Amino acid sequence: MKNCEYRQIDPQVLSTPTPPPTQCAEKTPKQVRRKWEVFPGKNRFFCDGRIMIARQSGVLPLTLLLILFTSSLFFIFDCPFLVKHVTSCIPVIGGVLFTFVVISLLQTSFSDPGILPRATPDEAADIEKQIDSSSSSSYRPPPRVREVLINQQVVKLKYCFTCKMFRPPRTSHCSLCDNCVERFDHHCPWVGNCVGRRNYRFFYTFIVSLSFLTAFVLGCVTTHLALRSQGGKGVISALQESPASALELVVCFFSVWSILGLSGFHTYLVASNLTTNEDIKGSWSGNSGLQSAGNPYSYNSIFTNCCAVLCGPLPPSLIDRRGLLPAEDSPAAAPAPPEIELLGFGAKTDINMEDSCQDFAVSCTG
Amino acid sequence: TRPRQASVAAKVFIQRDYTNGTMCQFQTKFPSELESRIDKQQFEETLRMLNNLYAEAEKLGGQSYVEGCLACLTAYTIFLCMETHYEKVLKKIAKYIQEQNDKIYAPRGLLLTDPIERGLRVVEITIFEDRSTGSGR
Repeated sequence: MKNCEYRQIDPQVLSTPTPPPTQCAEKTPKQVRRKWEVFPGKNRFFCDGRIMIARQSGVLPLTLLLILFTSSLFFIFDCPFLVKHVTSCIPVIGGVLFTFVVISLLQTSFSDPGILPRATPDEAADIEKQIDSSSSSSYRPPPRVREVLINQQVVKLKYCFTCKMFRPPRTSHCSLCDNCVERFDHHCPWVGNCVGRRNYRFFYTFIVSLSFLTAFVLGCVTTHLALRSQGGKGVISALQESPASALELVVCFFSVWSILGLSGFHTYLVASNLTTNEDIKGSWSGNSGLQSAGNPYSYNSIFTNCCAVLCGPLPPSLIDRRGLLPAEDSPAAAPAPPEIELLGFGAKTDINMEDSCQDFAVSCTG
Repeated sequence: TRPRQASVAAKVFIQRDYTNGTMCQFQTKFPSELESRIDKQQFEETLRMLNNLYAEAEKLGGQSYVEGCLACLTAYTIFLCMETHYEKVLKKIAKYIQEQNDKIYAPRGLLLTDPIERGLRVVEITIFEDRSTGSGR
């Protein structure tokens, strides 16, 4: 590794190109790293940063397994009978619902929920300065809290010690993922990710389509068993003939209530533009203040709230995980604290711009 | 590092303005550190334009609803191949900032950093040291 840059060129083999310096990755200026490799939160990245999940994937494998297993049983054992005796639309409807469920589940799990990147050291220092200069006994809120008036409601913005910034409204720090997430709803173990601003619509689609799928499968299995037991054979023999249906019946029966309940709850949240976090904490209800305590973010119309939450513009990921880190000459290896890396890339990208601006400034001032 | 590089004298951070909710808006208050470098009018104009552009990105209107509904019908797979309205406006913003830097801020020894590079938390303005020959303009 030490001698790969200062290779004495043998004049006799001048025509052969020098080998690509892939061995000495650390010294090569061409080695590029992406920002996800130095991401400070507890997330895991795949496909070179395209896919991300929380480090604790929770029971996502179980969720996928249950859905795939039950649906396969349905398509293999119930559909042939139902197509013959009822209608051939059944596998089609089932197929569409299944596709929606799986796609929205994967999108909820693998996308950025709305993580806010941590403040750069310069910003953190600036905020500290502001906090120090404003902290005095006469200042009513404690220094690490800022109060903002939103829609005639006083909202307290807390300072996040991990991310070194004042959290925007509706943002919360997830301790499992160690990230501040915008419009934080909750961390869902079934999905293995936080549910926040950017993936709430995927999550909602997932639970709604899952409720439809579960109810649909339950209905079909019940119909199947009912039809089978019709010829005077009885339910027991029907179950014996199609044991898979029995299994599906059990799984669907026990899960449909909770899934339907969850869908109903989230429909209420969507219609009132609330997050689970706010609802649980009772942020906007039951305030003893004199002013009318209401949700300042609501548009006061169920239709507008639904449109805003589900069909509103989808902001891009702020963490830019596939962005390139500028090639450092002496890359701090993984053990280096993330702050140094952040300062490195922040300053570096500015320095390139600074160079060109400096030239321009020089030419202007003569 | 280039020997002629001007050193950074200070950095000013324009924080977000949350009075309209979670929409991305920045405070237009003129920071005192910039008083000697640029006039208030110019600065406020830049920020106002930025705020308008961000409002456009997050606007709830016909186009965003069409995009949203279409996305829902395709199980959101459309996001994998299509550039969203928000991303298009962000590109516009990047171009605007570049333009402002070239025309107005660089000649005054200032540099605006695109807020997207700071996670839309702040507008970072880097102030470069005055040349020792004076800022003769």
